[in-house]
Amino acid sequence: MILQALALTLRLAVVVALILIVIALPLGYWLAMSRSRWKFLVESVVALPIVLPPTVLGFYVLTAIGPLSPIGRWYHVLTGGSLAFTFRGLVIGSVLYSLPFAVQPIAAAFSSVDRTLLQASATLGASSWRSFWKIILPLGIPGVFTGLVLSFAHTLGEFGVVLMIGGNIPGATQTASILIYDQVQALNYAVANQTAFLLLVSCFVLLAVLFGLRRHTKWSLWEWQ
Amino acid sequence: MAVSALAKSETATLTVALRKQFAGASTAPPGFSLDVQFTLTPGFTVLFGPSGAGKTSVLNCIAGLQDPDAGLVSIGEAVLFDAQANINVPTRDRHVGYLFQTLALFPHMNARQNIEYGINTLPPQERDTRTQEVVQSFGIMHILDRRPSQMSGGERQRVALARALVTRPKALLLDEPLTALDAITRSRILDDLRRWNACHAVPVLCVTHELEEVYALGSLVLVIEAGRILAEGTPQEVLSRARFESIAQLAGFENIFECQVVSSHEEHGTMTCRIGNSETALEVPLTRRSSDRVRVGVRAGDILLATEMPVGLSARNVLKGTISSLDRRDVTVVAVVDCGQQFAVHLTPSACEALALERGKPVWMVIKTYSCRVLEQP
Repeated sequence: MILQALALTLRLAVVVALILIVIALPLGYWLAMSRSRWKFLVESVVALPIVLPPTVLGFYVLTAIGPLSPIGRWYHVLTGGSLAFTFRGLVIGSVLYSLPFAVQPIAAAFSSVDRTLLQASATLGASSWRSFWKIILPLGIPGVFTGLVLSFAHTLGEFGVVLMIGGNIPGATQTASILIYDQVQALNYAVANQTAFLLLVSCFVLLAVLFGLRRHTKWSLWEWQ
Repeated sequence: MAVSALAKSETATLTVALRKQFAGASTAPPGFSLDVQFTLTPGFTVLFGPSGAGKTSVLNCIAGLQDPDAGLVSIGEAVLFDAQANINVPTRDRHVGYLFQTLALFPHMNARQNIEYGINTLPPQERDTRTQEVVQSFGIMHILDRRPSQMSGGERQRVALARALVTRPKALLLDEPLTALDAITRSRILDDLRRWNACHAVPVLCVTHELEEVYALGSLVLVIEAGRILAEGTPQEVLSRARFESIAQLAGFENIFECQVVSSHEEHGTMTCRIGNSETALEVPLTRRSSDRVRVGVRAGDILLATEMPVGLSARNVLKGTISSLDRRDVTVVAVVDCGQQFAVHLTPSACEALALERGKPVWMVIKTYSCRVLEQP
């Protein structure tokens, strides 16, 4: 039961972090480079999950993907399944919930790349696409790394959104934090304690490995700094 | 050589006409506007002016990094910007080389990767040939594996130049590229660049606010101030005539001569230079130099005039000439003395009266060795 919940939590965190990188690279790039006057609106929307109570976000996501909503119905027609109270629903909720933790470090790293380098790149005949892959991304890699770790960690620890969207179905939507809550409610402190401890240790080991890798000079991608 | 012959036939003049009004939001002072027109032929031209004159904006408009409000930028037949025809070629398609003030070398790439960045679409063999060519021209084979952080200032300059030139740009823009270097390194790099451009013959526009660089760099100088071109010509013409007060202030030296060192006297700390091809010789301070061609500057206010052959002087240079013109400007009289070379001499109106100077009168000019400044190796 504990291991099942832990495995589910890790799987959720990995999937969400990977999806978020794919979303956050273009979004972070746009936020860093755009001179659009509506940029502030996008920035506000991206930052919303930081301020909103998870239950509010969870409630709206649940309403949006529920079987009666257009999205829920469309998904049902397409796959025959439902999003609410499933792992996929959890992924959608968690991606929204952790979005700022991926986007903000990446946008910050991209905007700190010296603009002259991009101008130089353009005078050397490079397209924006090439400048992104060859200049902005390599120089912004520390920010991408931070975004990846933060969104992963944030997803590991989430509770409110998961509870609203996923409920508490072992093997499908019961993450470690839900399991702990569930066991405490049932006055089952031993299981709650074991789960909590395992989550603590595994998070620590994972982060230690990641940050340790970053410090390791041979592996480091940003040794010029 | 076939390649450079081809390149030569393709070269053309760079035509620039720009107007741009700067809004208060930019770093420019409110109401600042740029309004310049010039045409550059292959070879070096210096854009000289004080900070904030709009020099970098001119370069940015040519490179397409800033958009002018109106005007035209073209290289030969190729129109890069034309406000009326609504043409604005993006920077990446302009083929204009740009050496930034900060050099903008990519810090995460080594020298080779930096140099090959702009020619990645070429077939590998062609890429190698081009890289070899430029690397040899700028003497940087030994640092190809180094990152910019592992290079000296001069090496970075060379790599940045190589990176810009390996793409065979149709024009080259240099934004105060040599300011941070010592004179020897600077003149060596310039020699390499001149040699390169002798083969490839593109217009090179070089921005500076330092007088000494003007003499070091330019066969032609455009003086810019507050967004306008004030004067245009050789450094000697523009800066020694000093029609504009601002240029005179920038210039400082009214007399600049191309000189040939004929002998140096280590024991006295001096050397003897002949001005141009004339017989007129000057004794100047001994200066480290890379060749025997030097430029010597003398401030007009540092020259004494005498109406009789002076004797018993410590000054080593006494030149006989005749006054070819006298021109009173406020409290200064500018006398031009011809001794085979034209010297501008500043003196006070009362001194002028006391000596009863007039056109055609023979005079002796007295110039201290240490009033002669060896400016820079040409």
